[in-house]
Amino acid sequence: MSRLRAGSKLTSTGLRAPADRAIAPVIALLTLAFALFFVLPFAGLIDRGLRNGHVWSLLNTAQATDALILSLWTSTLTVLLAILFGTPVAYLLARHRFPGKALVDAFIELPIVLPPTVAGVALLTAFGRKGLIGEPIDRWTGFTFGFSTTAVVMAQLIVAAPFYVRAAKSGFERLDAQMERVAFTLGASRARTFYRIILPQAWPALLAGVVLCWARALGELGATLIFAGNLQGTTQTMPLAIIQAFEGSTLGLDGAIALSLLLLAVALAVLVLFRLAVARNPAVP
Amino acid sequence: MIGARVMRPAVARVAGLLLALLGAAAVLVAAACTGSPLPTPAATRVPPGTPSTAPLEGSITVFAAASLSDAFTEAGKAFEAANPGTKVAFSFGASSTLAIQINEGAPADVFASADGAQMTVVTKTGVAEAPVEFATNVPVVVVPAGSKVVRSFQDLAKPGIKLILAAPAVPIGNYAREILAKASAGGAISPNFAAQVLANLKSNEANVRSVLAKIQTGEGDAGIVYTTDAATAAKQVTQIPIPRQYNVVAKYPMAVLKHSSHVDVARAFERFIVSGPGRAILTKYGFGSPGPA
Repeated sequence: MSRLRAGSKLTSTGLRAPADRAIAPVIALLTLAFALFFVLPFAGLIDRGLRNGHVWSLLNTAQATDALILSLWTSTLTVLLAILFGTPVAYLLARHRFPGKALVDAFIELPIVLPPTVAGVALLTAFGRKGLIGEPIDRWTGFTFGFSTTAVVMAQLIVAAPFYVRAAKSGFERLDAQMERVAFTLGASRARTFYRIILPQAWPALLAGVVLCWARALGELGATLIFAGNLQGTTQTMPLAIIQAFEGSTLGLDGAIALSLLLLAVALAVLVLFRLAVARNPAVP
Repeated sequence: MIGARVMRPAVARVAGLLLALLGAAAVLVAAACTGSPLPTPAATRVPPGTPSTAPLEGSITVFAAASLSDAFTEAGKAFEAANPGTKVAFSFGASSTLAIQINEGAPADVFASADGAQMTVVTKTGVAEAPVEFATNVPVVVVPAGSKVVRSFQDLAKPGIKLILAAPAVPIGNYAREILAKASAGGAISPNFAAQVLANLKSNEANVRSVLAKIQTGEGDAGIVYTTDAATAAKQVTQIPIPRQYNVVAKYPMAVLKHSSHVDVARAFERFIVSGPGRAILTKYGFGSPGPA
């Protein structure tokens, strides 16, 4: 009833007070400014990259191809590990209550809010040569994690896996547990229930988690630098190669921009494919 | 529904179209722009070397090599105390990184590099005044305190050790590789020395302090840093001197940048370091005096 003020207009969508009409352009302006803020950096990257030219010959160098191949296979391995270990954890967290669940929840989500460099330092204190686990392992087997490709995967896993677990967990939560119980009473095993009931419904959410996890692993920098080091072919992933270009490597600034363009293209392609795959699916955020 | 705060469908469509058009326009404009930088205000045309008579005022930013972190921080405070009204801010990092940042327009007033090569990267674009050498330093091998894996310079070639160096463009990374090349050519050690040592390389770090950190934490078995850096971590690392006939002397040049908005303060800081009380501060931290001009 308070909407019936002098000056209110009756529009096709309802009664609108003068305050509403004043605010609409402000909101439009703010939205425009924010959108521009996101568009301009990519416009700048594309502009500089095209002006530099010879993107292909820059990408064809040993340093660029080594970084690209290393990035691709370590991030793929990270995603597979995240799916393998993260799916049961996500299902457990979605369906069961147990003492300490809130704590487990918090620890799994922690790397999402933690700065990646902190994750790197943390990995060092646990798995480094003088670390909690690293020191005994070094003493008994002589194996060290640092400066190895294993360390690269570990750094990517700790920062990226939580994105998959979180997405998978919310995907499982949104399903009707009743259906799983019915399947159980009808005699289906856990595995069969998972493949025939849960997966067909939850796959868009799981896919969203996979995309996020993979993207985060591909872009990981801080933890990798601190825990794994920087050596072409072994630990220098694409983000490390790009940052070394800013430190004067032979790849150079132009090479860094070329690599950045490549990463940008890959990210765009994955996003578009993902959106196409889950088009018009109500289960996807 | 009555009372629903929803934008009219027509307005929403127009707003969406405008957003898309503006986005496309931004890409086109960016592609068309040549992007020439705005002209900076000309600094007062005082010839370099003229001591100013008026009290100094203003804040400057000094981009300095990572190895200068402790010495320059103290020198900056001393300079501010001697010249109230001035403020000195520092950005420490690998000289190669800083040089690139300066060439990309970073707002530095002074550049202090750990070698001439990175200073040349800056001077060849014409943004700096003539460089002045202000200090020297000595590279040294460092190992984690108490480690028995590497005990001499020659041990660097032992197979299986973990060697940490700075990236090749970083001054200390370049000096290290020069030293290894000299040792291979010297005749006393095997001509494969450099190759054997570099086969042990496990990481190309971003700057000298990163190398030091990897040795402090025990991750690496040996690294090459400046003796001044090793001194800052005396409890966690042990220095192993490099034989004099293979070692190089690191020469640090400094230059005032022409686009500085407080050229007088910048030049005064340069004088402070080169010939003023700054010299004593650098010596205190283990830096050597500059060689003959």
